[in-house]
Amino acid sequence: MSEEIVLTYPISPDDFTRAGEASSDVKQKLKQMGVSPDAVRKVAIAMYEGEINMVIHARGGVITVKIAENAITMILNDQGPGIPDVALAMQAGYSTAPEEIRNLGFGAGMGLPNMKKYSDTMEIQTTLGVGTTITMSVNL
Amino acid sequence: MKLNELLEAGFFRVLNAGDDGDKELTRPFCCDMLSVAMSHATAGCVWVTVMGNVNALAVASLTDAACIVLAENAQMEPAVLQKAATQGITVLATEMPIFEAALSVYQFMRNSE
Repeated sequence: MSEEIVLTYPISPDDFTRAGEASSDVKQKLKQMGVSPDAVRKVAIAMYEGEINMVIHARGGVITVKIAENAITMILNDQGPGIPDVALAMQAGYSTAPEEIRNLGFGAGMGLPNMKKYSDTMEIQTTLGVGTTITMSVNL
Repeated sequence: MKLNELLEAGFFRVLNAGDDGDKELTRPFCCDMLSVAMSHATAGCVWVTVMGNVNALAVASLTDAACIVLAENAQMEPAVLQKAATQGITVLATEMPIFEAALSVYQFMRNSE
């Protein structure tokens, strides 16, 4: 793999039936490329959590995945409300997900902590009323 | 033990037999919160849950779980089941509560060691 591969996925707002499709597609592609199962799992979990967050909180957005020789980088960009208190949002168990979301099995307050746990680097840039960009990478 | 052996044991109704019958089972795993399941379900696990929505399929697929066991008579909508069939995910069902369902898997796996 000498050249970087770039994949782009639009994430639909409020569509829980399609949430996870982008992550599944990336997982499939990485497997086909022969990426180690451990790295594939990390990318799949981190990206799925991000995808779900974008559906729940941010009216969708765009995920860009860059596959390079030594790392996979996921850039999650949305024009949602932004995160008022990042440190609080990063706390395991803290959630602002509404009741109907909890009924779907989400809202455990594990989304951002899982993203942090399963990526090797994670950076959050957020502006209230403008949107959020989260950049995660998994080393290969 | 392989997934097919669990299917043949007849503990559970088979709602969809996926394409991974040869998959090696690792352990039963119980959880209904999807984000928790996402981070703790291990490859090859028999995932016992009451969550039968489309997102459960995504979690099963992304974590490489061997199958989903819907306990407590939890339902899976026909459209979701159709998606499971398309994705080749094995879905089983039972009236048993979560603990009993997982225990029967655990004992079955131990007894066949």
